[in-house]
Amino acid sequence: MGEVGGFLVELGLLLLLLGVLGTAARRVGLSPVPLFVLAGLFLGDGGVASVAATAPFVETTAEIGVLLLLLLLGLEFSAAEFTASMRRHGPSGAVDFALNAPPGYLAGVLLGFPWQACLALAGITWISSSGIVARLISDLGRTAFRETPAVLSVLVLEDLAMAVYLPVLAVLLAGGTPGRAGAGAVLAVAVVVTLLVLVRRFGDHLGRLIQHEDDEQILLRVLGLTLLVGGFSYLLGASAAVGAFLVGLAIPGETARRARAVLTPLRDLFAAIFFLSFGLRVDPTEVLPALPVALALAVVTAGTKVATGWYAARRDGVGRRGRVRAGVSLVARGEFSILIAGLAILAGYTEIGPLASAYVLVLGVGGPLLARGFGRRSVYPVELTPRRAGL
Amino acid sequence: MDVTEILLPGVGVRYEFDTEAGMRMGVVAHRDGRFEFVRYGRADPDAALPVAMFSREEADTVAEILGAPRITERFADLTREIPGLAAATVAVPVGSRFAGKTLGATRARTLTGASVVAIVRGDGVIASPIPSEILLGDDALVVIGTDTAIDGVRRIVSG
Repeated sequence: MGEVGGFLVELGLLLLLLGVLGTAARRVGLSPVPLFVLAGLFLGDGGVASVAATAPFVETTAEIGVLLLLLLLGLEFSAAEFTASMRRHGPSGAVDFALNAPPGYLAGVLLGFPWQACLALAGITWISSSGIVARLISDLGRTAFRETPAVLSVLVLEDLAMAVYLPVLAVLLAGGTPGRAGAGAVLAVAVVVTLLVLVRRFGDHLGRLIQHEDDEQILLRVLGLTLLVGGFSYLLGASAAVGAFLVGLAIPGETARRARAVLTPLRDLFAAIFFLSFGLRVDPTEVLPALPVALALAVVTAGTKVATGWYAARRDGVGRRGRVRAGVSLVARGEFSILIAGLAILAGYTEIGPLASAYVLVLGVGGPLLARGFGRRSVYPVELTPRRAGL
Repeated sequence: MDVTEILLPGVGVRYEFDTEAGMRMGVVAHRDGRFEFVRYGRADPDAALPVAMFSREEADTVAEILGAPRITERFADLTREIPGLAAATVAVPVGSRFAGKTLGATRARTLTGASVVAIVRGDGVIASPIPSEILLGDDALVVIGTDTAIDGVRRIVSG
């Protein structure tokens, strides 16, 4: 019984710690993600306090956190929005990849990492944090700004690109040959396209199977399905996260909306534990030495993201200031970079851990600060009097 | 009036238009039902200046405020184009024998030939009411027809 008590106390303290960190981060307008990773670094082996009692639980829960992150990404995906983004910003997506993935790969090569780890690093520098960026746009009141559609389009394209990148990475990390990875990529594209067509045709049926007036039923059905599909795709050698993403894609309109509402709090909880567990897996003594390289990589890939945003916003006919705003909005890296690094570490490429942690700490904090620095806040102050709002 | 519609992935839709007074306005319809009104400045044409943020409920009310008087006006425009046709609002008195009865029960169209095209109730409007719509005291009926027919409707509901 003492064990259970110790476990509960430790877990309670962990969650409270995450709560305090999250509040602190939000208060100063930052994303909690880097702080959760930082907390993980400070705890556990080599840290200030041991978390031995909860370690197995945290590790298992972290896996579910990864699935939920991708499930929600899939649930938020809309084929119409993707088509529109692709039509208008397809080239922006290509520029995004061409500018932001190579610096990560090159950094890996220069550090003497195996090429699989370099590929993971390319993904880490490529994908912006859609969580942080979307939050920034809303916090800074920039929803109606003219560069915002360009920024959001780049995020949507990155999200779907993940559905192809993750299975390829999973195959390569597991020791597959480039040929098998190529086959994996083709398979991934085929599965996504087939799924989107099927959803268009038969989505209503699946929706009816899952739809229920009771929130509890939706929660159990969607979560069960996600774990099942995630587990199978893991056993098949793809990443479990991709399976979860596909489940999210397959759930149609109204059901997806309900599922989002029910699952978002769950995602926040499990994802927080995932970020913490990522920090726990990384040796804190190696992070400081990795910081100079991470800083250099952050500076370069902040620049390439600004260039991406500049290019995308210019396609929409936005002026100079708007283009810079679009660029700096995209700089933040967060949950997906951690997720990719987590996959690499699980596959045994632990050398990526310290660099990835330091990199996300720098850009997860620096990105939002940079975005806030450029352009005036444009929010709805409570004291806005009719005269001051006067047209 | 030209309204540009721009999709905001994950957020909603933004509408943009110029007003006659020369202001560039934007309206963002958020997925969660909120409506955001902004205007665009001159110094930085891509940055939006906040005007108002409406919750779903507030937006509904604003839509009704903008919509209610317009309905009668629009029918007034329509009747001006067709000689002999008139539009008028007919009040349903609180004590009317049709207060609490259905619109169909008045048999207004059968008896007079005039059509009830809308019911104005408080701040709201029921456009194209069906015969089973229940009338209430203090409702105003928007009626279209000849002058005599409209008078007939007025007699029926005030009886």
